[in-house]
Amino acid sequence: MKAVKILNGNQTIAEAARQINPDVVAAYPITPSTAIVETIAQFKADGMISSEFVCPESEHSAMSVCIGAAAAGGRVMTATSSQGLALMWEMLYIAAGLRLPVVAAIVNRALSAPINIHGDHSDTMGARDSGWIQIYSENCQEAYDNFIQAFRIGEHLDVRTPVLVGLDGFIISHSAEPVLIEDDREVRSFIGEFKPVFPLLDTSRKITVGPIDFTDYYFEHKRSQIEGIENSPRVIEEVGREYGQKFGRFYGFFEEYRMDDAETAIVVMSSAAGTGKDAIDELRSEGLRIGLLKPRVFRPFPHEKIAEALKKIKAVAVLDRASSPGAFGAPLFTEIRSALYDYGQRPKIVNYVYGLGGRDINVEHFKEVAAKLQKIAETGKVEEMLGYLNLRE
Amino acid sequence: MAKLKDLAQMEDRLVAGHGMCLGCGIPLIFKIILRATEDPLIIANATGCLEVCTTIFPRTAWNVSWIHSAFENAASTIAGVEAMYKALKNKGKIPADKKIKFLGVGGDGGTYDIGLQALSGAVERGHEFVYVCYDNNVYANTGGQRSSATPLGASATTAPSGSKSPGKIQGRKDLAQIMVAHKIPYVAQASPHRWQDLYNKAKKAFEAVGPAFLNVLCLCPTEWKYDESKGIKLAQLAADTCVWPLYEVENGRYKINYKPKQKKPVLEWLESQGRFRHLFKEENAWIIEKIQQDVDRDWEWLTRLAEISSRP
Ligand SMILES: Cc1ncc(C[n+]2csc(CCOP(=O)(O)OP(=O)(O)O)c2C)c(N)n1
Ligand code: SF4
Ligand SMILES: [Mg+2]
Repeated sequence: MKAVKILNGNQTIAEAARQINPDVVAAYPITPSTAIVETIAQFKADGMISSEFVCPESEHSAMSVCIGAAAAGGRVMTATSSQGLALMWEMLYIAAGLRLPVVAAIVNRALSAPINIHGDHSDTMGARDSGWIQIYSENCQEAYDNFIQAFRIGEHLDVRTPVLVGLDGFIISHSAEPVLIEDDREVRSFIGEFKPVFPLLDTSRKITVGPIDFTDYYFEHKRSQIEGIENSPRVIEEVGREYGQKFGRFYGFFEEYRMDDAETAIVVMSSAAGTGKDAIDELRSEGLRIGLLKPRVFRPFPHEKIAEALKKIKAVAVLDRASSPGAFGAPLFTEIRSALYDYGQRPKIVNYVYGLGGRDINVEHFKEVAAKLQKIAETGKVEEMLGYLNLRE
Repeated sequence: MAKLKDLAQMEDRLVAGHGMCLGCGIPLIFKIILRATEDPLIIANATGCLEVCTTIFPRTAWNVSWIHSAFENAASTIAGVEAMYKALKNKGKIPADKKIKFLGVGGDGGTYDIGLQALSGAVERGHEFVYVCYDNNVYANTGGQRSSATPLGASATTAPSGSKSPGKIQGRKDLAQIMVAHKIPYVAQASPHRWQDLYNKAKKAFEAVGPAFLNVLCLCPTEWKYDESKGIKLAQLAADTCVWPLYEVENGRYKINYKPKQKKPVLEWLESQGRFRHLFKEENAWIIEKIQQDVDRDWEWLTRLAEISSRP
């Protein structure tokens, strides 16, 4: 039976994992995602899941176990954060290159040094070229919905690409809120049976997985891998629609909030978008024509759709919860600015890095941004393209 | 006892056409090991000579299910395959009576060094698999860099001999002992010149309940620098000098499988390979002495362990 439960983000992901009952779960604890691993272990101990639960000696091995298990031919998941994802880095590329649809819940956390356990997006942004599909969640409900959809997207035969679902460390992982947990059987029927492709466990086929490619084949194989993720937008749309039809919550590539007649807009992902929407409401009541765009899918980047949504705006601020030292702007900003390049009519655009190491962002900071956007919209001039929010200089 | 004639008639799981060097010990070892089970087999192979030389796309020399994912994770990769096998069996998606054997394979670099943690973890967790380390004492695939299995005094490209250096100044890590310390049911050291012994050990490893580990001396004419026609004799010499003792540890009990009637001096071993040539300079004489002392000490220790194990 479906029911509203009071759960935090970690419990929500664990609950989804219980319903999905993957064949193999291999994961290593790290704050703030530890409780996902612990809860799944407890489900196993209590006989509530029939998954094989493997608790390896490191995240590098956790992802290696996922790779071996997925290549063997079954449904596989993991969860981690920050240093754990960084330790998996080598294996992330291999999971994608071998076209293994592993699903990972990533509770976003800042990367060391300095060591810090709180939420920012530097971990998953560091993995943005690894070939994984990346989906970000604003709250527990979205984390739940995204995590379930991730299996359908990654396992689709035209995609066969690993998927990570991001949720913000502590802000989402440790905050309890009402979450509508769908009926177990309905979730299972939505996901369906896993379809193995060239599984190692079919020993009658004797396949060689992961041979060495030289100059004569590597490039073509990489091209065909890229095709998998390029096929995914259609699948992401289909799955988001079907999910909506079944469960009443529809998903696309991004959410537009009060964008219809907006003159200025703020682009922000994940939990901060919730705060942002409150700020937009206040600003609207003060008479400002401002909207918010919240990207959900960061890889593949929905460049055309986002550009279409933003091209008529006068001034846009992109808020990034990660820095890219030495780059011309942080990751989300560079994507969006580049997406707008071909449009004759395009907004003035600025970038703010916010919230590193879990630093708060509240309505006042959004208002600060709104004021700057207003000035840019009026004068047509950008004084400072790259800046920071809530930072002592 | 397996008969060579019977083994020769078995289907090859590693077939001809791979690109390993003339006289390489790797195919020799695996042709024997892979005959020690008739069950379906899945192999996870670490990066190294065996992996690179057997699977240059679009060709493969593997007539058995095989995966390579990276250098340091053959053990965790095969652990994943094994976990999926268990999961699908539990869920009834694989017939309950379907037996599959799982084999992790790595060189000394992939096992003693970069893959030690993954191996230790997989073994500690008790996955049902056999791990074979083919120990050629060097990172051969990448051109002869030192590993923690490179012996004292050998010249390696990252521990080269020179006017101020006698080659590698550290001795070998004792991996078999490290694996024994994991208290797994079966650990053995073997060498291809005693094919029957290698075969028996592989069979015991495949039949063990729980993880099993084999450390096999692997001839490498390219990096050891000797005439490749002498390979098998060199393997014999390694056993006769006690540089590479053949022994097994079954449920904690040690058994030496070959005791040379007359232990040969390590000098003969050192003289036989170019990688030790510089040791015969006067200033390096102490190294040769030290190597002999180390070998004697280790052999003595092993003999005692076997003696203790033989007591009721
Ligand atoms: C993480 C990582 N570091 C380094 C390498 C480069 N590398 C590939 S094989 C190899 C040495 C392999 O040595 P060993 O395991 O002894 O096998 P052999 O080549 O002797 O067969 C090295 C250093 C790599 N592939 N991955
Ligand atoms: S370098 Fe040595 S181990 Fe590698 S293939 Fe040649 S002989 Fe064999
Ligand atoms: Mg080696």
